[in-house]
Amino acid sequence: MANNISTVNDTQTVLRTENLNVYYGKFLALKDIWLDIPKNQVTAFIGPSGCGKSTLLRCYNRLNDLIESFRADGKILFYDKNLYASDIDPVEVRRRIGMVFQRPNPFPKSIYDNIAFGAKINGYKGNMDELVERSLRQAALWDEVKDKLRQSGSSLSGGQQQRLCIARAIAVQPEIILMDEPCSALDPISTLRVEELIHQLKEQYTIVIVTHNMQQAARVSDKTAFFNVKTTEKGDRNGYMVEYDATELIFNNPQQQDTKDYVSGRFG
Amino acid sequence: MTSSFPERSLTRAAMSQRTLFNTVMTVVAFICGVLALVPLIAVLSYVIIQGFSSLSPSVFFELPPKALQQGGGFGNAILGTLLMVGIAAVISIPFGVLAAIYITEFSSANVARWVRFAANVLSGVPSIIAGVFAYGIVVLTLVKLNLGSYSALGGGFALAILMLPIIVRTTDEALQLVSQDLRQASVGLGATNFQTVSQVVLPAALPTIVTGATLAIARASGETAPLLFTALFSNFWPGSLFEPTASLAVLVYKYAISPFKNWQSLAWAASLILVLMVLITSIIARWATRKEA
Repeated sequence: MANNISTVNDTQTVLRTENLNVYYGKFLALKDIWLDIPKNQVTAFIGPSGCGKSTLLRCYNRLNDLIESFRADGKILFYDKNLYASDIDPVEVRRRIGMVFQRPNPFPKSIYDNIAFGAKINGYKGNMDELVERSLRQAALWDEVKDKLRQSGSSLSGGQQQRLCIARAIAVQPEIILMDEPCSALDPISTLRVEELIHQLKEQYTIVIVTHNMQQAARVSDKTAFFNVKTTEKGDRNGYMVEYDATELIFNNPQQQDTKDYVSGRFG
Repeated sequence: MTSSFPERSLTRAAMSQRTLFNTVMTVVAFICGVLALVPLIAVLSYVIIQGFSSLSPSVFFELPPKALQQGGGFGNAILGTLLMVGIAAVISIPFGVLAAIYITEFSSANVARWVRFAANVLSGVPSIIAGVFAYGIVVLTLVKLNLGSYSALGGGFALAILMLPIIVRTTDEALQLVSQDLRQASVGLGATNFQTVSQVVLPAALPTIVTGATLAIARASGETAPLLFTALFSNFWPGSLFEPTASLAVLVYKYAISPFKNWQSLAWAASLILVLMVLITSIIARWATRKEA
């Protein structure tokens, strides 16, 4: 699959995936992934359900560790450190590589405490009010909530909750933000706001986003990886990466027939 | 067009078999619902009527009277019940909550299944067995150490055994109800397991855990059998944790079957106080956790 490895010349690579295989028990969920994520860009993962794109995303901040049967071999290099090396503390990885989930999941705490939580547990010593305001401003939520910071996070609308979750992720000052279908539970207008936000955030952060929505991938991302799933004779569904390139090329001039079929909606 | 369904008009047919059956069954269900409430209302109203007529301020502050003496009270039994339920709560709540945290958050599925099974078995153990156990473990040990015999400590320990499975199970259920999304959100921010449990999961489950602890306290304060041969009874104010101690439940048992009028009426008053204590505990618990929810 050497032809699928994309070499990036103009930007630095923050996450380099080398020969990654992911297993749940004996079942191979992701096969032989080679993928470089460039700094300060938006990388989108697209593909049909069950192709392992969310699994891969969760490998980047070791969230899969919570699943008992999970096992990964191969390497994920964050700069020059292998995230799966035995001396790596997954807790520290997750602070540097934040996550926004599919369903908005604010804590049952006030808006203020939702933001402050991550900072507190990570030993933040600066001015908390300032951090909360800055994070909420970056998430384009400040003007809507500045008068009700003491209200519960769950009192907000779905779109606002998701931006609160983004603000919460930003507050611990990660380098990378992983987004797992962040707009799939949102209405089109909220989706648009989150997409605008992603555009602004890539100035400071590297973003990896999983999406089912191909228009969204085309709108927000610089690079796109297309994943597919192969059913083996035994009925196992192994995910693999088909093609990874600049988003423009993936959508307008894909090299693989599978990619062409998928992005043109002729997927069978 | 032919249809395989019977011909029916759209107007309501009050006398059709279906409608009649429907009405009859609704009435039957309603009657059963009312019947289920009858015992509760009957017991409560009987206790309240009988208890109030024997209630006076002196019952709270005075010691039990001699058999044919008038007046008197059972202040020592109220204090004894509070004391023993307190001991039981201090033992069982930390143990139970921590055990439940372990099985929901940290243990493997297998261990969790066995602990849950054990808690279920323990909650089915007759309360008198818990009493025998506490007698063997605490009372006999105290005798051996020359520290005493029947005591508040023994009673409290017996009640703790009865409370433990209730607390484990309600806490376990409360923690399982906390959405996995919240745990992931917390872990995803770089929280350790301890931080996630103590600052996200426990606060979210607190109202339910408090309700469970209240239930356990209510159950324990009404238990008589395990106290009969662990705390025994006493006609005096409790002086230490190592001497026989009176409790409301045992007082009700002793005085209700006695032939003396004044003891019988004190038993009614004690029953009322017991019911009110349970009621007040649950109201306070509800009120205290409502703001958190």
